[in-house]
Amino acid sequence: MPNRAERLSRILLSLPPGLYLLLLFAVPSLMMLFASFRFSGEYGGLAPWYYIEDGQFTLDLTLENWQRLFESDIYLGLLLKSLAYALATTLICVIMAYPLALMIARSKKRHRDLLLLLVILPFWSNFLVRIYAWMIIFSPQGALTAALNVVTSSLGLEPITLMFSGTAVIICLVYVHLPFMILPLYANLEKHDHRLLDAAQDLGANRFQCFWLITWPLSLPGIYAGAVLVFIPSLGIFAIPDLLGGTNGIMIGNVIKQQFVESRDWPFGSVLSLVLTAITLVLVLLAAKLGSPAGENNGKK
Amino acid sequence: MQTATEAPQAVLEIIDVSRRFGDFVALDKVSLNIQAGEFFTLLGPSGCGKTTLLRLIAGFDQVDEGEILLDGKPLTALNPEQRPIHTVFQSYALFPHMTVAENIAFPLRMTKIAKPVIDLMVREILEDVRLPDKAKHYPDELSGGQKQRIAIARALVNRPRLLLLDEPLSALDAKLREQMQIELINLQKEIGITFVYVTHDQGEALALSHRIAVMNKGTISQIDEPSVLYSCPDNRFVADFIGQCNLLDATVVSVAEKQLRIAIAGLGELDVCANPEIDFAVGDTCALTLRPEKIRLAAQLDITDDEVLFSGKVHDMLYLGDVTVYIIELANGVLIEAMLANDAPGRTRLFDTGDAVKIAWHTDAGHLVA
Amino acid sequence: MARSNAYPSKFLIAAGGMVYLFLYIPLAVVVLFSFNDSKLNAEWVGFTWKWYDKLFQNGDILHAAANSLIIAVISALLATILGTLAGLAIYRFRQKWLSALVLGPIAMPDILIGVSLLLMFILFNVTLGMTSIILAHVSFCIGFVALAVQSRLSGMDQSLVEAARDLGATPFQAFRLITLPLLKPGIIAGGMMAFTLSIDDFVITFFTAGVGSSTLPLEIYSMVKIAVTPEVNAVSTLLMLVTLVLITALSRISPTVLRN
Repeated sequence: MPNRAERLSRILLSLPPGLYLLLLFAVPSLMMLFASFRFSGEYGGLAPWYYIEDGQFTLDLTLENWQRLFESDIYLGLLLKSLAYALATTLICVIMAYPLALMIARSKKRHRDLLLLLVILPFWSNFLVRIYAWMIIFSPQGALTAALNVVTSSLGLEPITLMFSGTAVIICLVYVHLPFMILPLYANLEKHDHRLLDAAQDLGANRFQCFWLITWPLSLPGIYAGAVLVFIPSLGIFAIPDLLGGTNGIMIGNVIKQQFVESRDWPFGSVLSLVLTAITLVLVLLAAKLGSPAGENNGKK
Repeated sequence: MQTATEAPQAVLEIIDVSRRFGDFVALDKVSLNIQAGEFFTLLGPSGCGKTTLLRLIAGFDQVDEGEILLDGKPLTALNPEQRPIHTVFQSYALFPHMTVAENIAFPLRMTKIAKPVIDLMVREILEDVRLPDKAKHYPDELSGGQKQRIAIARALVNRPRLLLLDEPLSALDAKLREQMQIELINLQKEIGITFVYVTHDQGEALALSHRIAVMNKGTISQIDEPSVLYSCPDNRFVADFIGQCNLLDATVVSVAEKQLRIAIAGLGELDVCANPEIDFAVGDTCALTLRPEKIRLAAQLDITDDEVLFSGKVHDMLYLGDVTVYIIELANGVLIEAMLANDAPGRTRLFDTGDAVKIAWHTDAGHLVA
Repeated sequence: MARSNAYPSKFLIAAGGMVYLFLYIPLAVVVLFSFNDSKLNAEWVGFTWKWYDKLFQNGDILHAAANSLIIAVISALLATILGTLAGLAIYRFRQKWLSALVLGPIAMPDILIGVSLLLMFILFNVTLGMTSIILAHVSFCIGFVALAVQSRLSGMDQSLVEAARDLGATPFQAFRLITLPLLKPGIIAGGMMAFTLSIDDFVITFFTAGVGSSTLPLEIYSMVKIAVTPEVNAVSTLLMLVTLVLITALSRISPTVLRN
C-alpha cells in the first residue's frame, strides 16, 4: 500500500544520495564516454564538439581515438601485460592466502578475531607507506639485494637489481592486495563443517584427497570473490609501477595517468579508461554469476 | 430472533475477508466472530493463512475484500498504532536497546501518560508476571521464558481490547512450554482480555483455547470448542489434523433416523451413528473417522449388540511407554491404528508382529464425515 | 596420533606464520629506519629522534596533514549522512538503480573515478582544490557507509518496528525510537570507515587536487618520487600510529564491521 507518507519517505531517503552520485559518478562517466569521441584541444583538454559554419550546426566527433587503440601494438601489448600482471598477482595471492585463511578458520574460536585483525592491520596503514616499504627493501643498497647478490656472485652470475622491475611490481601488488584474498576466503572456509572431512576420511580419502575433493571445491566461491577484489584494483593501479616499476614495469594505469596529467590527450585517455571500465564490468558481472548461487548454498544447514 | 440474553456482542467480527499475494490466495472469504473474554485460537498448518489473518487484525497488512470490525466499528482505516490491539510476536520483538522497564513503558509513553503513573503501571505489571526485580535488565540478559513474560506484559500494560499472540511458545523447550501454557490460561482468566492465539500445534490449541478455528488453505474448516473438534470433526481435514485418526472410506448403503449403514470396500457393511450436521443420501461417499483409543483390541473379543467386529493381524507396533500403538492390517489390506494403554501390572507385551487379532468399536465411536 | 580436521596442521601453522611475516616485515623495516641515525635506509647506525624533529619543522607536511584532516572530517560527515539515507532507501525500497550508483564507485578501480572526475571538474570549470577533493571523496565513501548501514539493517529483527507500531508508535516515532538507535553502531562505523578511507586516499586525490590543496598522501608521494629519506619513514610511522588508534576505537564500537 504505497500511500503518501511512504512515497514522501522514499523520495527523502533516495533523492539526496541518488542525485549526488548521479552528478559525481554517472555524469562524469558519461562525459568520459563522450570525450572518447571528441578531438583533443590545441593545448590539451578537449576541442569543442561542434562548430557553426554559415549558421550551419555541425558535430565535430571522431572515431580516431578508438582506431588509435586498435592499430597500435604498444597499447594493446600494454593492456595484455597489465592483465598478465594482475593475473599473476591474483594467483600468487590465492597461493599465499590459502594456508593462512585455512589456518585461521581452523584455529580456536577465541583466537580467530585476533588472527584476522593481524591480517587487516597492515592493510589499514597508508597505501603509499606500504609501497614505500618495498622501495626500501628493494633499494640497491638494501640488505635484500646485497644478500641476493652474494648468492648470484658465488654462482658466477651477473648481479641483479630488484628495484625497477616487473617482479618488484608484482611482489608489491601482492603485498597490497593480499588481505582482499584472505578475508573472503576465510569467510568461506570458516563456514566449512570439519565433519565433512571426517566423513571423507572415514570413507577412505587421504589428506590430499580430503583437501582436493572437499575443501577446495567448497572454497571456490570465496576464491572467486577474492579474485575479483584483487584482480580489478591490480589492473588499474598506477602508483606501484610508478614508484617500483621503472620503464619496464609500467602498466595501463600509468598510461592513463600520463594521458590525463602529462600529455593531456584526454580523448585517448578516455578510450583507455573505458577499456578498463569494460573489463571491470565484465569481471564484476562474471563474479556475481559465479559467486552468488554457489556461495549462498555453501555451508548453510 | 435477537434478544438481550442471547450471545453477547462480538468483540471482533471478521466478515468475508480475502487477501491475495499475486496468484496465491492467502485468505478466501473468511468470516468469524470472537466474543469478549474469549481465548480464541487460529490453528492450522503453515501456509494456511492464520498468520496473514493475524497481521490483518493487527493492521500490518490490508484486506483485499471484506471487513474487520472491532466492537462493531470498522478497523480498515486505522493504522496499527491507532488500533487498541497489541501483539505478542513469535520472536518477542523486545527492543534490545531498552531495559525491561523501558520496553514495558513504551506503549504508555506513546499515549502521553505522566511519568510517575507510567512507573507505577510498569511496576504493577512486572509484579503480575512475577519478574519485579528484572526492571533494570536488558532483554539479552533474560531467559526465554522471562522474555516471553515481558513481551506479554508489554502488550498488556495499557489494557488493549484484544491481545494477539503469534506462536508465542514456539521458541521454548517442551517443559517450559507446558508451564507457560498454564500461566497463559491463568493470566487470561485474571485479566479477562480477549486473546487471539495463533499456533500450528494442535496439542497447544486444545489445551489453551475456549474455541478453535481450524484453518486450511486460506479457509476455515471448522470453529468449535476443543472437545467438539476432537470428537466430532466436520471434515476429513479436521479429523486428520487434530490428533491421530483412522479415516475409512465408505459408501452410504441405507439411511435411518439416527443410524446409517455404510459399506467399506473389502470389509463389508456396518452401522454408524448419523452426523446431525450432514444429510447423507444412499450412495453418497463418506469417511468414517475413528480415533485409535476408541478401538478395542484383543486376541478374542466378545461384542455387544451395538459394536462391530473385524479380524486382522498386527502389521507393526510402536511402543510409546504409557501406550502401545498397533497398526492392524484388515482383510481388505487397509491399515488401521489402535492404541492400547499399558496399564496392566508388570511388563506388558500383548502382541507381536504377525499375530492374528480381533478389533471392535462401538457404533457411535466413529464420526461420519463427507 | 591421528590428525584432527578441526585444528590447523603443523604445515598450515608454518605456512600461515610465513605469510604473517611477509605482511609485517616491510612495515617493521619502515618503523625501524625512522629511528636510524643515517640518511640511507640501508644499515642500522644508531638511534635518533631527529627525523621526527625535522618532520615537525617541515611546514609543507604539517600543512598537508591539516588539509588531510579537514578533508577527511568534512567528507566523512557528508558521506555518513548521504550513505545512511542510501542504505535505508536501498534496504527499505529495494531500489536497484540506487544500489548500482552506490556500489559503482566501490567496484571501479580508483583511477577511473579519479580521471572521470578530473575531466568533469575541468569541463565544468570547477577549481581544483579542497572542495573538489571533498566532492570526490564523498562520492566513493557513500557506498561504504551505505553497506555498513544495510548490513546492520538486515541483521535487525523486522518485527521490532512492527512491535513499535503495534504498541502505538507512528512510523516516524518507530524510526526515531527503534530503527535509529539500533542503527547507530552501523552509522558510526560507516562514518569512521569513510574517515579512514578519505584520509588515506591517494589515487583519487591525485587527480582532483589543485595548487595548495596537497594532502599528506600526495606529499609523501612527491617526497618518495624524489628521494627515499628517513623523514618519510617518520611520517609513515606516525600515520600507522594514528590508524592503529582509529582501528582500536572502531573495533570497540562495532567489532563486526572490520570484517565486512
